[in-house]
Amino acid sequence: MIVAERKPIEEIIEEAKGFDRILVAGCNECVTVCEAGGKKEVGVLASALRMYFMNQGREVKVDEVTLERQCDHEYLEEIRNIIDNYDAVISLACGVGVQFMAEKYFHKPILPGVNTVFMGATEERGVWSERCQGCGKCILAKTGGICPVSRCAKRLFNGPCGGSSQGKCEISDELPCAWQLIVDRLKELGRLDEYEEIMPIKDWSTDRAGGPRKVVREDVRQ
Amino acid sequence: MSADVSTNTPSKLEKILRAGHLAVTSECGPPRGSDSAAILKKAEMIKDHVDAINITDNQTSVTRLCSLASCIHLKLAGYEPVLQMVVRDRNRIALQSDLLGAASFDINNVLCLSGDHQAFGDNPQGQNVFDLDSMQLIQTVRLMRDDGKFLGGDEIKRPPRMFVGAAANPFADPFEIRVPRLAKKIAAGAEFIQTQCIYNLDKFKEWMKQARDRGLHEKVFILAGLTPFKSAGMAKYMKNRVPGMDVPDEVVKRMSGVPKEKQPEEGIKICIESIQRLKEVEGVKGFHIMAIEWEEKVPRIVEEAGLYPRPQA
Repeated sequence: MIVAERKPIEEIIEEAKGFDRILVAGCNECVTVCEAGGKKEVGVLASALRMYFMNQGREVKVDEVTLERQCDHEYLEEIRNIIDNYDAVISLACGVGVQFMAEKYFHKPILPGVNTVFMGATEERGVWSERCQGCGKCILAKTGGICPVSRCAKRLFNGPCGGSSQGKCEISDELPCAWQLIVDRLKELGRLDEYEEIMPIKDWSTDRAGGPRKVVREDVRQ
Repeated sequence: MSADVSTNTPSKLEKILRAGHLAVTSECGPPRGSDSAAILKKAEMIKDHVDAINITDNQTSVTRLCSLASCIHLKLAGYEPVLQMVVRDRNRIALQSDLLGAASFDINNVLCLSGDHQAFGDNPQGQNVFDLDSMQLIQTVRLMRDDGKFLGGDEIKRPPRMFVGAAANPFADPFEIRVPRLAKKIAAGAEFIQTQCIYNLDKFKEWMKQARDRGLHEKVFILAGLTPFKSAGMAKYMKNRVPGMDVPDEVVKRMSGVPKEKQPEEGIKICIESIQRLKEVEGVKGFHIMAIEWEEKVPRIVEEAGLYPRPQA
């Protein structure tokens, strides 16, 4: 899933304080799972904003809505009838949802309420960590199912740097060395000899480096 | 030295190694400013005692005068530079371009490195590149040199003629792939290796034994890396704070066991003794002495370790 973090309330207030009618819009997908932008967080943010405006002696309307998804036309359409009741929307969806809403409601300011950080997994409640950077050419078959692009701080393709120490990365004791994980897994799979195959220079044109990406599937296109 | 030693490049370092001499290299860190005298001054201190001088490339990710320009200053002064190149800061276009730039001054040695993560340096908020890794940079230099081709496939007019080196850290983890990693670097095209600073000689010997068991010591010139301690504090710092460094307790104890004013002398003694012991290790073909901001001690270390005078090439 896409993992996001709630923005500091001060930053949201700074962007939103000029408006009199605000809609806080959550998303029921990834940001709900990572507890950054679901219905619950919409409620918390809306309450905080109401409190702030009340303390300022201002009458500001702050309403709440949570859409099934903000990255689909279908669900974004659900607010078409109400959007003009507001001067701005604070979207608690990931960066995709914020942008898709802004494209659809071109005349309306759409403000981000979260920082989108990575594609990752829930290690345990309250702990999420990165697993994928969407490089566009998956090599997990070669690396024991552990991605050096997203999990090695230097995204090295041919083994650990000289800074790998007791299973940890040189930049932090908290961070596992991706290549230690890869070596451990290759060993478990009885495939450690594959480590010596030199991984060729990567074609980064399918990555962000190649410009904004698009997937078109003619077979499913309508 | 006999004139008929066959070499792949005009590198003096390569000539000395292929002639069967124990090579001695050292390194100088460029200044944090644009004064070329700083780099030349360091080089002058060691020039008669080493065969080649590495110039570090923004080591520990702290911004400095660039390795390439520093190497050019050395080359123009008549010294033999080893261009250190990290893949952290430049993509494949810039790396190939800088290799050609170095080649245009007939800089004949390159050391291909990953580079410390930028989190350690003065710009922790910067982006990193890592378009290639160090292994792939080795391959790139060899392609440019041996096939006269760019990575894109086009022909290079007057290709670089560089003796290609890589680093090896026998002390980093996971230990079981440290020799396979060396093998991989050799397969990628590394011709010489400069190791991480050696303080744990037993572990180094174990690594060398594993390398010999695979015949790797005959496929690459391994230069053992050494850094003399200036103080017990430095020994403790290296032990506890520098990732991938293995400083045994007894070495720290030995440094701490002498009064502060005698610790520099003890550090130098340890370094010289280590070289003497490492000379006996089959497969060690030379020494890389990294006297960090202590270049003036290199001549004494080289002399007392019995590595002076240097052979002429």
